[in-house]
Formats: sequence, C-alpha cells, structure tokens
Amino acid sequence: MPTEILMPALSPTMTEGKLAKWLVKEGDDVRAGDLIAEIETDKATMEVEAVDEGTVGKIFIAEGTEGVSVNSVIAVLVGEGEVVSSSSHAKQTKKANPPAEEISGAVQSKVIVSEPDGAEMNAEEASAYSSTVSMTVREALRDAMAEEMRSNSNVFLMGEEVAEYQGAYKVSQGLLEEFGARRVIDTPITEHGFAGIGVGAAMDGLRPIVEFMTFNFAMQAIDQIINSAAKTLYMSGGQMGCPIVFRGPNGAAARVAAQHSQCYASWYAHCPGLIVVAPYSAGDAKGLLKSAIRNPNPVIFLENEILYGQTFEVPTADDFTVPIGKAKVLRPGKDITITAFSLMCRDALAAAEILAAEGIDAEVIDLRTIRPLDTDAIVKSVKKTNRLVSVEEGWPYAGIGAELAATMMDKAFDWLDAPVKRVSGKDVPMPYAANLEKLALPQVEDIVSAAKSICYR
Amino acid sequence: MARAVSKRSSVGTTKAPAGKTRESKTALGTKLDPKMLQHFYREMLLIRRFEERAGQMYGMGLIGGFCHLYIGQEAVVVGMQSALDERDSVITGYRDHGHMLACGMESRGVMAELTGRRGGYSRGKGGSMHMFSREKRFFGGHGIVGGQVSLGGGLAFASKYRGDGGVALAYFGDGASNQGQVAETMNMAALWKLPLIFVIENNKYGMGTAVNRSSAGEGLFKRGEAYGIPGEKVDGMNVLTVAEKAKEIVAYAREKGPYVLEMETYRYRGHSMSDPAKYRSRDEVSKMREERDPIETLRELIIKRKIASADDLKAIDADVRAIVADAAEFAQESPEPDPSELYTDILIEA
Ligand SMILES: Cc1ncc(C[n+]2csc(CCOP(=O)(O)OP(=O)(O)O)c2C)c(N)n1
Ligand SMILES: [Mg+2]
Repeated sequence: MPTEILMPALSPTMTEGKLAKWLVKEGDDVRAGDLIAEIETDKATMEVEAVDEGTVGKIFIAEGTEGVSVNSVIAVLVGEGEVVSSSSHAKQTKKANPPAEEISGAVQSKVIVSEPDGAEMNAEEASAYSSTVSMTVREALRDAMAEEMRSNSNVFLMGEEVAEYQGAYKVSQGLLEEFGARRVIDTPITEHGFAGIGVGAAMDGLRPIVEFMTFNFAMQAIDQIINSAAKTLYMSGGQMGCPIVFRGPNGAAARVAAQHSQCYASWYAHCPGLIVVAPYSAGDAKGLLKSAIRNPNPVIFLENEILYGQTFEVPTADDFTVPIGKAKVLRPGKDITITAFSLMCRDALAAAEILAAEGIDAEVIDLRTIRPLDTDAIVKSVKKTNRLVSVEEGWPYAGIGAELAATMMDKAFDWLDAPVKRVSGKDVPMPYAANLEKLALPQVEDIVSAAKSICYR
Repeated sequence: MARAVSKRSSVGTTKAPAGKTRESKTALGTKLDPKMLQHFYREMLLIRRFEERAGQMYGMGLIGGFCHLYIGQEAVVVGMQSALDERDSVITGYRDHGHMLACGMESRGVMAELTGRRGGYSRGKGGSMHMFSREKRFFGGHGIVGGQVSLGGGLAFASKYRGDGGVALAYFGDGASNQGQVAETMNMAALWKLPLIFVIENNKYGMGTAVNRSSAGEGLFKRGEAYGIPGEKVDGMNVLTVAEKAKEIVAYAREKGPYVLEMETYRYRGHSMSDPAKYRSRDEVSKMREERDPIETLRELIIKRKIASADDLKAIDADVRAIVADAAEFAQESPEPDPSELYTDILIEA
C-alpha cells in the first residue's frame, strides 16, 4: 500500500502553508526521521520529517506552491515494487478530521480586507488613510516599536524569546538586529521578576515595553502590574509616574485549553491607574502602540494571536498615531449598535452582514480602548439606534458587557428601546475538545440572534 | 563571589547521602536485573513510539493546540518512577505524556485526551497539557511554567501531614527552575523538611533559550544550597544511572527531606510542534541521538551482556507498536464529549 504524505499542521492556528522546498525527489528512498521538505507558515519555516519509510513515488505539489491546505496529499511513498497511478492520487485534498475543521473555522478568512467602507474616524485619522500599504498586524506592531525605538533611546523591549528567537510569535522580528542586545532583551521565564524590573526602570525614567509571551503568563506578574505600576503615581502624590507598556497576545488561541486561553480585558479594565487598549486592525495596532509607548502611564496592550497574520491597510504617514480613548465606527447603521474589540470585531462585522440581508442595519463600533472607554461615542450611537449588543470573548460575569450595560443605564436610559444584550464567552474555563471549545466561544450566529432578539425579530 | 560561597556551603550541608552536592557516576558497575532492564527498555520504547505517533497525528490535524513531545528524555521519567511506590505522588508541567505512561496510566486514555475525546483522561476537556489520575497519584499536567513546583510542595506537605510516608516528585525544566516560586518552595521545603524531590529535567533549552542564557550560576543542582538542600547532577540519558540514583534519593527524601536532582537530558524535537528549532544545529541533535540515545544505549547493553536476544527485543518492539496503534485507533474512534460537558466540573455541588 502506498503511504500518502499529507501537508502537516505545524502550529495550533495553521490552516495552510507554502511548500517552500522539497529536500527529496521522486525515486529517493527515505527512512523515518529523514528531512523531506521545508514548509513555510506565516510564523516560520519548518523542516518536515518523514514518519514512514519507503521510496518517494510521486510528488504532487511542486515546490514554491503557496496556500497548500493542511492535510492535502503532497506526495506518496511506495514500498518495493509498488507503482503509483497518478490518477488515483490526483485529488489534492483529503478531508480533514472534523475537529480540525472546526478550528480552522476560527481562523477562516485569511485576508481581512482593509477597513470596511464608511468607517468613521476623526478627520485627522481618516485623512491618514488616503495613502496606505498592506501589512499584517504582526508587522504593524513591529514597525510601531521600531519607529518609537528609533526616535526615543529610552524605549527598550524585554521579554521571553523577544531577541534571538525573534519573538515567540515573531512580533519582534528584526529588532535585535537593528537595536542590539542592550535594547532588545531576552529574559528568563520569570514574569514576576522582569515585570518588576520594567516597572522600576520606568519609575526612573526609562520607557520599557514588556512583552508577555501571552497574557496568561502575566498572571505571574499581575501583582507588579497592579500594586506597583498602577498605584504608585497615586501613592506618591503624583511624583512617581510609570511610562510602561505591557503587551502580548490575549484571548483564546486555538485548542490550547484553559490555562492558555483567556481574555483579560475586564481584569485590567477594573483597575484605576491603568490604560487598557485592544486593537483589531493593523492600522490601529500600529497607531495605538505608538501612542501607548509615548503615553506617560502604564498601558496594557492586548493583542490577539489569530489576528497577527491578518492583513489590513495601514497608513504610510511617518508619525501616524491613533489616539487612546477613542472608539471607531467600523460600519455605520441605524437599527442597532454592536460594540466589539480585538478579534470579535471580525465576528461583529460578519454578523452585521447577515443582519443586513435580513433588513437590520447594524452599526458596528470597535471600542479600541477599553479603559478609558469612549462613552460618548457609544452613547451617540445608541441615541441613534436605541439598541445595544456588546460582544466580547471573555467571561460575562463583571465583564466589559456588564460595564457597558451599566453605563447605558446611566447615560442613555431614556433612549433605549430594549435591554442591552451581552454576547460573551461562556461562563466556563476553556475546554480543549474542538466541539466544546467552539461552544465556549462567541460565534457569529450568537451575535445575530442577540441582535434579532432585541429588535424583536 | 557568589560562586565561591556556594562552593564552600556545598560541603556538608544537610546530611545528604554523600553529604554534598556532587556529580554522580554511571551505573554500569551495579548488578543488572534482567527483568528490570527489559522493563526499562519496554517503558522507554513505549514513550518513544507513543510520542512519534502523537507527532504524526498532530500533523494530520487530529491533535490540536500545543503538543510537547518527550522524545529523548525517556530515561529520566522511567528511571525515577522505578523507585516509587503507591504512597508517592508525581506532578509535572506540560511535557507530560511520558510521565503519565511511566506512572502506569493507559495509553488509550492519554491518546484520547490528545484528540480531545470522551475516552481521554480529562474526558477531552484538558488536552495534551492537562491530564490527571488520582488512582496513580499523578497530579498533572500543568501549563504555567513553574506552577507545578509549589503544587508538588503541597503534595509533599500532605504526605508529611498525614504521616503516610509518601514522597512527592516535582518534575520541571531548566527554564522553569528560574521562576520565583521554585525558590519560595525550596525555602519552605527545607524549613519544614518536606519529602519532596525537585527533579530538574535540564534538556539544555527552555523554548529557544539555551540554559546558559537563562540561568546564572553553575549547576542547577546547586539551586537548593542557600536553603541547605543537597543536590546533584545525574546523567539523565542513562536509565540505569537514573534508576540507581532514584532509589537512593527517594529513600533519603522519605526519611530526611527535600533533595534536588538535575537530570542532564536532551529533547530531540522542537519545543512544541510549531518550533522550527533554529537555535541549535542539526549536528548537535544528531550527535546526541547517535551517541547518547537512552533507548539505544540500553539496547546495546542488553545485547552485549546477553540479557536478552535481538529477537526478544524485537518482540517487545512489536508489542509496543501494537499498544500504540491500539491507542491511536481508540483515540480516533472515541466520540467527542457531549455538549452538556461544557457546563460540568466547574464547581462541586455542596
Ligand atoms: C509562566 C509561563 N511563562 C511562559 C510560558 C511559555 N512557555 C511554555 S514552555 C516554556 C519553556 C520552558 O522551558 P523548560 O522549563 O526548560 O522546559 P522544557 O520545555 O524544556 O521541557 C515557555 C517559556 C508558560 N507556559 N508559562
Ligand atoms: Mg528545558
């Protein structure tokens, strides 16, 4: 029986990749463990080993092919005396197992097309979008750091694997090369310690960017973030400022279970003395990170692993920044307001499309900054639509949606035609199983049905 | 300066078996129990084949998320576990498949957890990094680097509290050894003479960071010295050395208190499935594999000393393959958890 070699999944979020290079050719004998190909994902180039032995009978995917989906047949190994009938293997894709497909559902659209037409921003920000370049969120974040490091020698980056490895998620790619080991610093796995070192350095006038490999690990450091970074200005009667950025991926990745998938937006948003930012698009990622680095306060900058590889249009203007504390209307509408942030903006926009087809014109607002919240923008929208759905990936209890609901009671009660509705992650730790994970995370359909329920449709 | 101090204090700290931190020798001098050797061979091979299959299934998309393989480090856990009895408890991090198999957990249940199915040890809710067995006194399976070490302290505390004579093994990596809570736990373990063995699996790298770039001082086995905890470095690629040392130190910990064992070992694969491993050369890996592979080393010894024939070993091989194939099949056939499981196991009804 010939053995099919399938395009391997090389990371939790990989759905396709480039077959960069074949290291074997048809007719070669391979043993288990031999290198057979190089595959490029958006994060890295990986060498692939054979898991079975045999002779390479046929190569189906030529080197250089991009967008080869996981689990398609890329080659076939034959045993002694076997031949391959190329027709029987010509089919390029083998059906992935159900769990994996559900996961790839979470990362479906590879390219998110720029901002939807009609996104409303302030005039200055909007004019920056007259000249743009396509860029991934990952690149935008890197560029923001590089630009700020060039213009201010007190800005430095530290964290686990940020320097030599180029970032666990490749966000700091190239920074060590440009800025050297004095300013791009690999730390041991000691979050509590290096967060404290960052805070101390910031108190004494440096401008640290502290990367957490993911925000799950910042829980080791949360004491220094809250007790030291957030409170010292107040306790010192205004003497001890702390200009520091804590950044890294937040929220669920894919199938990494309870200790590695959690949204911390409401945790940090709870604390006076912190600024909390959670961008969606690459333009906002870049503009807000630059603002965060320049800000004299501690900023929690929540990124998203699934968004890193997504492409958006980013303004080319040299010192393009996005103001902290300003929401953005991603899609104007008149019937209902849907607020979201980070990855959930994607789902809110998708829900708005479905609602539009059913005659409900939804306005989608990207909160962008979670603290301080742009209450004015939300109230303005609700006064127009009289309805609000809040979307977040985190838990519902004392979440951002709860805060928005209370704020609307305070500021827009007389304009509401229906109760504020929350769509959130389920009130459970994140399960590993593919089917349960999908149930635990907010889905587009959940947003659609929440919206319909308060439009009484 | 720190170095000089630590050298002096390493002599005659707690009354360790050898009285100080030191490096141990290989175990080839000891008399070899044929049954034991074949058992070690089988256990290590089971882990190796299981992990190879897991890697393969990850590539096919049957396993999701992170998947940290233990290939190369088999001798550590197989050797250590050989010294434990049913009173003892074990805890480790996310690179945990080998530990579970060595604790006697079923390969079916481990593999089915990797695929996120009902038949898994956590009924599909934990995945690769989070499995447990109260029956085997295996307490996980933890994803936060270093977190398991203080939990291990708690296991030792519980044994001491109950007076049941149990020892706790807390396994952790070279990278994890720098976490603050490891030092905190060492202090308390020494203060309270907890029956706790700190098993540092020094596989030379924490993700992409070589141990010398993350850890100051020379020798992780000396990390307990400030608290008077003896420690030593062990050849973690030789299962006999590990087993012999384990026997001695488990007995010590049972009577006297904490101990640090630094296992010199090596992981052949990337940190997890998505690690391109560009921080080390292919040569470094293949040299290790060729010269120090724990399974090959034992195989050669078994054949050379005529403890078993090549055919006997082949039979073990076939057995192991069958177990792994069965586990893989079970893990694919076991259904996904029932959707109602989403809301179970959050709190116990009181
Ligand atoms: C607190 C925390 N920080 C970071 C991580 C990400 N992380 C997972 S494993 C790892 C490397 C650990 O290396 P080591 O302790 O040497 O164990 P090994 O992986 O080599 O077995 C890192 C940084 C984490 N899981 N938890
Ligand atoms: Mg390590």
